[in-house]
Amino acid sequence: MGALRRLNPDEQVALLFLTLFGALLLVSTVTALLALRPTHDDSNAEWRQYQRDLRAVWLGTTLFWLAWMAGAIGATVYFGLVSFLALREFITLQHTGRSDHRTLILAFFIVLPLQYAIVGLRHFDLFTVFVPVYVFLAVPVVSALSGDPHRFLERNATIQWGIMVCVYGLSHVPALLLLEFPGYAGRGAFLLFFLVVVALMAQVAQEAASRWLRRRPVARQISRSFSIRAWLIGAFVAALIGASLYWITPFKAGQALVMAFIAAACGTMGEFVMKALKRDAGVHHWGNRSSVTGAVGLLDRVAPLCFAAPVFFHSVRWYFKL
Amino acid sequence: MTRADLMGLLLNFLARLITGAQGHWKGCPPSADQRIYFANHQSHFDWVLIWAALPKDLRANTRPIAAKDYWTASPFKHWLTREVFNAVYVDRQRTDDQDPLEPLMEALGNGDSLVIFPEGTRSSKGDPQPFKSGLYHLAEQFPLVQLVPTWIDNVQRVMPKGEVVPVPILCTVTFGAPLHVGPGEDKRDFLERARAAVITLRPKIH
Repeated sequence: MGALRRLNPDEQVALLFLTLFGALLLVSTVTALLALRPTHDDSNAEWRQYQRDLRAVWLGTTLFWLAWMAGAIGATVYFGLVSFLALREFITLQHTGRSDHRTLILAFFIVLPLQYAIVGLRHFDLFTVFVPVYVFLAVPVVSALSGDPHRFLERNATIQWGIMVCVYGLSHVPALLLLEFPGYAGRGAFLLFFLVVVALMAQVAQEAASRWLRRRPVARQISRSFSIRAWLIGAFVAALIGASLYWITPFKAGQALVMAFIAAACGTMGEFVMKALKRDAGVHHWGNRSSVTGAVGLLDRVAPLCFAAPVFFHSVRWYFKL
Repeated sequence: MTRADLMGLLLNFLARLITGAQGHWKGCPPSADQRIYFANHQSHFDWVLIWAALPKDLRANTRPIAAKDYWTASPFKHWLTREVFNAVYVDRQRTDDQDPLEPLMEALGNGDSLVIFPEGTRSSKGDPQPFKSGLYHLAEQFPLVQLVPTWIDNVQRVMPKGEVVPVPILCTVTFGAPLHVGPGEDKRDFLERARAAVITLRPKIH
């Protein structure tokens, strides 16, 4: 551990990516070897799902690395693009109408770039209030100017909510990369890595726990597997993993435990909320409907981050008075 | 790479960024067979969407139909339709001595594929309007060309009538199983069958 500490931040981050890609390469090699076995059945649905997930992890890791390499501006632009695609998916499945057109233009082409510009410039105070205060007012004003009172509140709430989740929530991810801890400069990638690992592990642990416990689901109409106990187990497992990773963060072990718990609990709850929205829209996955060609639901992948990132970011900022 | 190629790349990128331009090949695989794609018509964006949903290799030989008076009016419009999309121009004013389908038949004779909107005009709501008879005449003249029904979904939300800035919303282009004119099939029966084939491709959830 001492040798690791003596490395400068750039070397440490390089080591992080080397480890990540090494682990991925190992998993992929094992996967490829398993597929060569004579008893292997390629059409198995779970196997295909696993391969899709593996590809997504490869893509995610590569993009994470590229975003880091590109620096502050690159990361901001990159997550801005992810935000754009996520919001596009969200709006597609909501029944926005003709009179929402101008409001949507505001959301996509004005609010989204501005929010990310503010992140890139590290104006964290303005960044925190821009969407909840200013945009919250601007959206219904533009909507009212369209002159259509039909289901006015519902239409505005839909768009406002989409902006909150897909733009505001996700913009906290590059904000984490840019947040400056005293004595932790240049290591923002570790904080983001911490958040992603913790949110991901909470999902995996919760899924495993709900299969193992077989509890009665609390909201059968929304999710057949979600139960409070499974959710707590997921968050606790993620918290322990987070605590064991404290040495890559600016936190002490106890702080890392609590921060990981908060992020993990928010991430899995966020996923649950998105499930409710999907049920309402009548789909199983976000993304293009009836996808024969296999369009990936981007929102499915980033939804836990959309909820975990803002809560994590503001908890960190508030607690450490940054 | 010419300027037309660059323009093509740019338009394709924009179409994908804004609509996803997902092609779903439900009834036939994408192939270089000579085809007439016939689709519902809801917006000015329709052609670009089909074009972007096609694999790159098929784009060069798949041509749209453009109204001559409008699309040759300015040098830019003319350049765009001629160089980028390789459009087939038709006259909207009917003259007695000329069949309006002649340019289309010439293109089919050369082995090109076409994209046509047999409603003849844009229908913004509900089911497509009855098809014009041109599709039937082309099918009769070229029995070997595959007629592929195509449904373009969601595009009216991207750019409603009267708006100039498109809103990013995912759209899909669904290609169905090719049709042919049955032996002795009546014109009206065929056109109704073709229209029904397009409508059945509409995604169910709405």
